[in-house]
Amino acid sequence: MTKILNHPMSRRAVLGAGVASAGLLAMPSILRAQDKSIKIGVYGGYFKKSFDEHIFPEFTKATGIAVESIAEPTGEAWLVQLEQAAKAGQAPADISMMSQVATLKGQATELWTPIDAAKIKNHANLLDHFINKYPDGRIAGIGAVAWYITLVTNTDVFKEAPTSWAALWDPANADKLGLLALASNSFLLEVTATTFMGGTKALDTEEGILKALEKLAEVKPNVRLWYRDEAQFEQALKSGEIPMGQYYHDVTGLAAADGQPVRSTFPKEGGIQDSGNWVISRASTKVDEAHIFIDHMSQPAVQSLMSRKVGTAPTLKKEVLDLKPEEFASVSSDIPPIIPRYDLYTTKADWINQKWTELIVG
Amino acid sequence: MKREAPKSLADYSPLFFPGLMLIVFFVIPFSTMIAVSFFQRDPSGFYTPDFVFTNYARFLSLFFGKVLGFSLVLAVMVAICCVVIAFPFTFLLTKRPRKVQTIWLVCLLSVLSLSEVIIGFAWSTLFSRTAGITNLFVAIGLMKEPVALLPSFWAVLTGMVYQALPYTILVLYPALVRLDPTLLEAARTLGASPVRAFMNVVVPALRNTIVATLIMVFVFALGSYLLPQILGRPSHWTLSVLITDQAIYQSNMPFAAAMAVFLVLMSLALVGLTLLVGRRENAL
Repeated sequence: MTKILNHPMSRRAVLGAGVASAGLLAMPSILRAQDKSIKIGVYGGYFKKSFDEHIFPEFTKATGIAVESIAEPTGEAWLVQLEQAAKAGQAPADISMMSQVATLKGQATELWTPIDAAKIKNHANLLDHFINKYPDGRIAGIGAVAWYITLVTNTDVFKEAPTSWAALWDPANADKLGLLALASNSFLLEVTATTFMGGTKALDTEEGILKALEKLAEVKPNVRLWYRDEAQFEQALKSGEIPMGQYYHDVTGLAAADGQPVRSTFPKEGGIQDSGNWVISRASTKVDEAHIFIDHMSQPAVQSLMSRKVGTAPTLKKEVLDLKPEEFASVSSDIPPIIPRYDLYTTKADWINQKWTELIVG
Repeated sequence: MKREAPKSLADYSPLFFPGLMLIVFFVIPFSTMIAVSFFQRDPSGFYTPDFVFTNYARFLSLFFGKVLGFSLVLAVMVAICCVVIAFPFTFLLTKRPRKVQTIWLVCLLSVLSLSEVIIGFAWSTLFSRTAGITNLFVAIGLMKEPVALLPSFWAVLTGMVYQALPYTILVLYPALVRLDPTLLEAARTLGASPVRAFMNVVVPALRNTIVATLIMVFVFALGSYLLPQILGRPSHWTLSVLITDQAIYQSNMPFAAAMAVFLVLMSLALVGLTLLVGRRENAL
C-alpha cells in the first residue's frame, strides 16, 4: 500500500527524466565512446536545468563518465523511494542530492554507502558542516549545494539596511514581515536562539525550544504573511506591500540586479545556511564512479563555477576558491552562518511541528 | 409501460461502468486513506502498516477542534453568502431574454476556468495597499490613504464566495428555469408585491433546491486550502491547510489521513443532519 501511495507522482517524474535521457543517449555524439555512466538525482526544476547545462557536461568531458540526470521530487518522497528500491536491490539513482534532514533519516536505515575520504582530494578543504557523518564517524554525505536565507528589505521603505535579526522583533515593524510558515523551512527557532539565547545550543533541551518559541511569539504581531510559496512573498517584497522578511539571498540578489528595490542583508548574527548533500545509495554498484563524481564536484574550480552559474554558496573554504570578492558576496558571506539544527527535525519533528503550529495558528 | 425487475446479469450491465468508476475513484482511494489513518507514523521514515489510534488521539485536542470548527463555520458562511447572492441573481437572470442568459452563462463558465491560484493572487492584488481598490477610493475622495484589506477573514470569505458563486448559479439555474411562471402570476394577481411573491412563493417552492445547493457549496468550500493561505492570517487557515502541511511538509501521512477522514465524517454528518431536518419539515 505504501507503494501505491507514494509512487505514482515521483515515478512519473523519473520516467519522464528517463525518456529525456534516453533521448540524449540516442544522440550519436554522446553514445560514441562512453561505456561508463552514472545516474545522478538532482532536485527537479531550476537545479536540474542548471546542472544539465553547466555542470554535468564539464564532468563528462573531464572524466569520460556519462551522466544520466534524474529529476527528484523535493520533500522526502525521494528518500522513501530510494529506501524501497534499495530493499529490492535497485538504485533509481546512484548519487542523489539529499536535504540534511533526509540524509539523517537515511542514516537510520544505513541507506547511504559510506564515502571514502581518501578518494576526495579536497576533503581537507571542505567546510566542516558540509561533511555529514554517521554517529560512528563514517561519512554519509558530502555537501552538494548550499544557499542562504537572509534578512531582506524593500529599499524604498527601509532606506537603511537592518543589521540584526532583532529587527524582526522591533515593534516599529508591526504588520510588515513576511516569514516562512514552517519550523523546518524557516529555521526561525535557530535564528531566535542565535539572536537572543547565545546560539543554537540553547535548543538542546525541550525547555530551551519552548523558551525560543515563547520569544518567537513576540514576532507574531509583526508578521503580515506566513508564506509557503516563494512567489507570494517575492512579489509583495518587490512592491513594498510587505517590506521586510526572510528570503533567499541569491534570488533577492538577482531581483536587485534587475533593478527591483530590494536588498538582502547578512545580519550580524549570520545568515541561515541550508544545504543539500551528495549521498550514494547502498544499492548502487557504481561506487567508484560516484566517488569520482563527488571528487570532481568538490574541486575549487567546480565550486567556483557553481557559484557563478548556479548561484550556490561554495562548500569549500574561501581561501582555495578563485571567486572575486563581489562574486563571493553574491552567494555567501564572511559572517559565520546560522546552521540549522537538522537533528531536531528528525528526533523531535512532530513535537516541534505541533508546538510551532499552535504558536502560529493559535 | 410496466417496468420489469432486472432478471439476468445483462440487465444490470448499465450499472457496471458507473459502479467501476465509483470503485476506482472513490471506494479504493477512500479506503486507502482510512487504512493509512491507522498506520504507525515513523518519524525517521514514512509509516508502517499497523492498527493504532494515536493519529486520531492527536487530533482530538482543543487546538484542532478549534481549527475544525473554524473550517466548518467558514464553509457554512460561504454557502449561505453564495446562495443569498446567487438565488435572486439567477431568478432575475431567468427572466431575461434567452440571448442575454446565454451570454451571462458563458461569462460565468469562463470564471470557472480560473484556477484557485489565479483567483487567490488576483484578490490579493485587489486587496493590497500598493495596488488595490482602496487606491481607487482615495482617488475619488472616499478615503484618506490606501490601506491593505488583507490578510483578513473578510478577504478569505470574499475570495471563496467569488470562487464558489459560478457553481452556485449553475446549480440553481435549471431549477429556476423550470419554475412554473403561473405560480408567480397567481401571487401577483392576488395582490402580492414582486418582492413578497419572490420571498413567499418562489423561495418556498424551491426549498429543496436551495438546501441541495447549500450542501454542495458547503462541501466545495470545505476543501479550500489555498485561498485561506493567500488571503488570511494563520488563524484563518482551514483544516485543509494543516492536512497539506502534514502530508507534504511533515511526511506524516497517517496523521494527515486521520484529519482528512475526520473532516469527511464531520461534513457527512452535517449533510445528513441537514437532510434529516429537511425531511421532517417536509413531513409536517
